[in-house]
Amino acid sequence: MESHCYHCGNHCEDTSIVHDDKIFCCNGCKTVYEIFAENELSCYYDLEQTPGTTPKEIEGKFDFLTKPEIYEKLLDFNDGSVQIATLYIPSIHCSSCIWLLENLQKLNKSISSAIVNFPKKTVRVTYNANEGSLKDIVLLLSSIGYEPYISLEDYTNTKKGINRDILYKLGVAGFAFGNVMLLSFPEYFEVDEYWLNQYKTLFRWIMFAMSLPVVFYAASDYFVSAYKGLRSKFLNIDVPIALGILVLFFRSVFEIIMDHGQGFFDSLTGLVFFLLLGKFFQQKTYNFLSFERDYKSYFPIGITKVNADHTEETIQVYDIQKGDRILIRNQELIPVDGILINGDAQIDYSFVTGESETVVKQSGDKLFAGGKQTSGAIEMEVLKSVSQSYLTQLWSNDVFNTNKEEGFKSITDTISKYFTIAILLVALASGLTWYFIEPAKAWNVVTAILIIACPCALALSAPFTMGNLLRILGKKKCYLKNADVLEKLAKIDTVIFDKTGTITHGNKGALTYEGIPLSAEEKIILKNTLRNSNHPLSRQLYDSIKSTTVLTPDAFEEIAGKGMIATYDGTEIKVGAPSFVTSNNIEKSTKTAVYISINNQYKGKYLFKNAYRQGIEELFNNLSKNYKLVILSGDNDSEKEALTEMLPKGTELHFNQKPDSKLNFVSQLQQQKHNVLMVGDGLNDAGALKQSDVGIAIAENVNVFSPACDAILDALNVSKLSVYLHIAKSAINIIKASFILSFIYNIIGLSFAISGNLSPVIAAILMPLSSISIVTFVTILTNIAGKQLK
Amino acid sequence: MSVIYILITVSIIVAIVFFTLFIRAVKSGQYDDSYTPSVRMLFEDELVKQEKQTKNKQS
Repeated sequence: MESHCYHCGNHCEDTSIVHDDKIFCCNGCKTVYEIFAENELSCYYDLEQTPGTTPKEIEGKFDFLTKPEIYEKLLDFNDGSVQIATLYIPSIHCSSCIWLLENLQKLNKSISSAIVNFPKKTVRVTYNANEGSLKDIVLLLSSIGYEPYISLEDYTNTKKGINRDILYKLGVAGFAFGNVMLLSFPEYFEVDEYWLNQYKTLFRWIMFAMSLPVVFYAASDYFVSAYKGLRSKFLNIDVPIALGILVLFFRSVFEIIMDHGQGFFDSLTGLVFFLLLGKFFQQKTYNFLSFERDYKSYFPIGITKVNADHTEETIQVYDIQKGDRILIRNQELIPVDGILINGDAQIDYSFVTGESETVVKQSGDKLFAGGKQTSGAIEMEVLKSVSQSYLTQLWSNDVFNTNKEEGFKSITDTISKYFTIAILLVALASGLTWYFIEPAKAWNVVTAILIIACPCALALSAPFTMGNLLRILGKKKCYLKNADVLEKLAKIDTVIFDKTGTITHGNKGALTYEGIPLSAEEKIILKNTLRNSNHPLSRQLYDSIKSTTVLTPDAFEEIAGKGMIATYDGTEIKVGAPSFVTSNNIEKSTKTAVYISINNQYKGKYLFKNAYRQGIEELFNNLSKNYKLVILSGDNDSEKEALTEMLPKGTELHFNQKPDSKLNFVSQLQQQKHNVLMVGDGLNDAGALKQSDVGIAIAENVNVFSPACDAILDALNVSKLSVYLHIAKSAINIIKASFILSFIYNIIGLSFAISGNLSPVIAAILMPLSSISIVTFVTILTNIAGKQLK
Repeated sequence: MSVIYILITVSIIVAIVFFTLFIRAVKSGQYDDSYTPSVRMLFEDELVKQEKQTKNKQS
């Protein structure tokens, strides 16, 4: 029977639980449903179909929240009784989630309000500390499938206020622009009208007053940036802008003082308003993503320390010292390097290497920070503190302290250098010419040139092109950090891929079954057999089979290195190596696989690993035409043959690469003047991602884990990488085309200015006209470019 | 004294009132999250309906 869980929508096996006429895939989902039904929150299921998430085991995971010195750092506000905390919940995904979380007070009386920020996936909970603690709330959220994600980063980061400067500035500029436009309009056409002559001085001084905050507050960023540029002997686009704004302002002030005319306050405020609008448009960031992650966002805040007298105590991760004994529970991350003392250690190093196959460790073995324990609790003795552990040492590399953006010249900046020099030369030449023809007009002409040449359209074309393309790419689940990344992408000539997790599937979904399909009963038998084995492959296979029926085998035997054999009601199942499972000659796979036979009849095999993502071959073929391709793998070279066969000739393959050797490889290529794109996923790629010109992190789930990078790409869209690169190149062409257009406007404007005919009304028409037409032009072109993605 | 002084004063005061309202709205965080309120708005009915239903059940 085809059925889906009423709570989480997962496909239910035949062994699903029926409760209240609804089907559930597991007890966890059923429990959540019961909680909601009891508290009259079942509306949750009416808003969206199957909105839920299965709650996970959290036993003891949030014990650190009872320590005041830890939880107090997580609070936004605390006056003893009323406390406010903002919790990040990755599983927020639909309107039902918002509705439920905002009705949280129905589930816990201590909560007075809960406000969801959907784009950021956070919930801000206000509660009474006398009635309930932060831990209670976190546990409540976890029990209904909304487990908050609390990491070391929350602990060390001081809460940052939201920067709303640009909105204030936009408001000031918009306010002034509207009013100044209104006040200056009468003077555009009527020059010698009686009423106007009487009041124009008043009008002019009001306009002056309104332009003051625009010049000195709203436009202040341009002056600062221009000053910084000049100080480092670099003519960026803000230099001519700042010059234009200043000349506009002072000439206008001069004109109204001397009663020469109305000045250019309308153009001035309009210019600043449009420029800020462009900035605002480009500033769109992905709130729910973080591009600056380091190990801190992966690590837990608190850890359980086992004292000499066997008492347990929660301590802060930074307080762990060499020689301490710590307890790591199931699904907890190991924060430090150490030696396993006791327990069944099966470590999943996928955060570090991208490789999700668990590693079994014996007591006495070394455990490295970054691994995740996947079976029961273990005890370990600490060898190094957090900051000195192998993984965290990577972050002490210089590359993490240098800012990648520094020293990057965007296409606008490159052009503005020539532009500024050309404008200054034109101004000087025509100033000199007029000085000999009509000295009185020379000053007028020079200022008019500087005003009209103020590169409003030029400065707007790149932000709007990039901003629009970032949005288009974002819709296709390719999230770029900022506009510069797009420009850098266009210059790439070398593409480096990590292997595991990047071009192969990193998660357990990579399991495939080949052979005679297993019936539901056979799957139950298989799962129950696997339950008894601790072999990593068995654990992985066990997790992937969904079934809740528990059977006890009549007989069970595990033969090390071969497999296991079990009997249920006369049905005998063999799981393991091919020679063990069947005596017949069957086709052996070169890949890691688990073979199954039932009642001595060979059924089939589950294949692990080596599952390359769809479209990888095509992607490499497309890329190999224009790019140098390299694969850097942290694994051994067992895959070499398969890779050489699959990938186009000329693809370099490097195996056994450590995190720092990946980083060095990238920097060597850069020294040979290559522009390097690094595509990786694990923390072991973090150094290379940071060092490369553009680092793209591949994420199975964009909301949860990704190392510091310039772009985050959804794993499903890896095969489209060549299209993204192509779009980046089109972006540059669009910008170039719009530059030509804005030069035409500048030439028209300059012809007015040089001939000494620039009146305020012409400036007021030309300035917005050029800006708006440029914005329309690039928006249409970028939308056409974005069509390639479909 | 011309009426235009009064008119201009009034018009500027009105403009400034709207401007301060905008600044206050930004400060209160109204523009920080432009998505969630659009969804939240649709929920008011759900809660009321639910309460009514429970009342009906009880009566």
